[in-house]
Amino acid sequence: MSTDTAQTSAGTAPISWPEEGVSRVPYQLFSDPQIYAMEQERIFRGPVWHFLCLELEVANPGDYRTGFVGETPIIVTRNRTGDIHAMVNRCAHKGALVCHKERGNAKTLSCVYHSWTYDLEGRLMGLAFRDGLKGKGGMPKTFRTSDHRLQPIRTEVYAGIVFGTFHADTPDVETFFGPAMCRILQRNLSRPLRLLGYHSQMIHNNWKLYAENVRDSYHATLLHTFYTTFRINRLDMDGGIRIADAPQPWHHLSFARRATFEAAEEYTAAEVHSANYESRLNGPELLETWEEFDDGITHAIQALFPTLTIQFTLNSLAVRWFTPRGVDRTELFWMYLGYADDEDDEQQMRVMQANLTGAAGLVSLEDGCINEFVQRGTRGSTPGDRAFMEMGGTTVESSEGSRATEVAIRGFWQGYREIMGLG
Amino acid sequence: MAEQDNPDREELPVDPALRARICDFLLDVAHAIDDDRLEAWAQFFTEQATYRITTRESEEAGMPIGIMACASRGMLEDRIKALRTANIFEPHTYCHLLGPSRLRLVAPDLVAARTNFSVIRTMQNGESILFAAGRYQDEIVTGRERPLLRSRTVVLESRRIDVLLVIPI
Ligand code: FES
Ligand SMILES: [Fe+2]
Repeated sequence: MSTDTAQTSAGTAPISWPEEGVSRVPYQLFSDPQIYAMEQERIFRGPVWHFLCLELEVANPGDYRTGFVGETPIIVTRNRTGDIHAMVNRCAHKGALVCHKERGNAKTLSCVYHSWTYDLEGRLMGLAFRDGLKGKGGMPKTFRTSDHRLQPIRTEVYAGIVFGTFHADTPDVETFFGPAMCRILQRNLSRPLRLLGYHSQMIHNNWKLYAENVRDSYHATLLHTFYTTFRINRLDMDGGIRIADAPQPWHHLSFARRATFEAAEEYTAAEVHSANYESRLNGPELLETWEEFDDGITHAIQALFPTLTIQFTLNSLAVRWFTPRGVDRTELFWMYLGYADDEDDEQQMRVMQANLTGAAGLVSLEDGCINEFVQRGTRGSTPGDRAFMEMGGTTVESSEGSRATEVAIRGFWQGYREIMGLG
Repeated sequence: MAEQDNPDREELPVDPALRARICDFLLDVAHAIDDDRLEAWAQFFTEQATYRITTRESEEAGMPIGIMACASRGMLEDRIKALRTANIFEPHTYCHLLGPSRLRLVAPDLVAARTNFSVIRTMQNGESILFAAGRYQDEIVTGRERPLLRSRTVVLESRRIDVLLVIPI
């Protein structure tokens, strides 16, 4: 055991990272409130690009959309000249939410408490009773509106996504994600999009357990047996894990190509419960699909550090992100998309395939509870207790041809350790 | 706009016998879920029936994707079979509470019904919560021996689901 410790603004959080490295993860990280506070500072307000919203949600001048980066409430706006801005949704007067509606269109942003009014970039324009009433009260002579504003968040719009960062040192989006990740973003999102649906799930676990789960290609066909038995994503399909070719390789793409199905002996030998389900649907319209791309990739699930996932599985395009709601609560958002020029029958196929994922996803619903099982299972653990993840080795490198690996999870922890300064 | 929502549509009287039959039917549908008779529940639908769970927000925005969408009874049966044999989740039960139904006869053999509901979910550790509240927008065909749902849209008040949704609402 190493004795690395990290200081936080909330005090000292002693975390000993096992000397085996990122193939071991201390369970304490999932329940420690000091770690949670430190993550808000170093990750959510740190040198990372966070998903703020889709560009189509603020399509017109004056549109705004509120949301969260970590615990921090934010606003994204499009101003009169069409530029996108983001800021903290916290009044410069006494800290009230400036926008209390999730979305809307406005000429200015006005706080309802005492009517401090901001322009769409968050600059204070004016306030009520500045000169007092009948010559009494009012702000001091030294008060200047230009000294006050909503805290700005740096933004960049890339492939239809509004990204934001609190940190001046975050490199531009393309550098941060690297060329391989950006190619997939462009492939999936660089056409006019249409929002087809939106919902969320409250899951009862630390946010990092979901971050792991999304990167866990080992579990995909074992826990999610609907998917496997209907031969949509067997490990024996051609595919793999591509780790980002960015300076900080914290992101990855998991993909599968259409391949001839061959029964994999490993499944039979291991007697996994995947083979239980009859491979015949009474409602085959669920899996009606068409080939949209000529690269042969049927499944592309991309996890961008720390909390964004973009999936294009068959014809189902969804953006999924999550926000911590406390040390053992996470809200997971699902946004389903199509393209603006989809034909009716194409949209209908996307609607049907949306049944596979989300809160009621035939394929993915287990993820709603599995992370909670880890949260509950690791309760009462002692500082030396840790996860063991050596599937596919102990390092972080691309793994073409196999998804029976925990490499992407190790990639997440590599980023996490680095950014948290945990040795 | 669904037929039953059209305010200009002419209203035909629903006689008390038909009302009683439909209200019993709606309770039977709810109780089949509460009693874990899901295979029987699917048989309350016509073969071509649609069943959707969506949210007030999606519905008001005219978005086609909600939480679940079945375009035939076959898809409902697949859901049930998946729940029984494929999906993994912690055991839980539902208790449906239905409000009174507003019925409209929209054709001689077709009744549109709107019924508010709430669903209390109980986990194996005894925790009960209000899991869902909303309304059923139903189209019920009455010409046969027993009524059948031709379409059911479950409009949830909330767009946020606690943990997961596997048992139909
Ligand atoms: S808190 Fe916003 S104006 Fe006072
Ligand atoms: Fe999963």
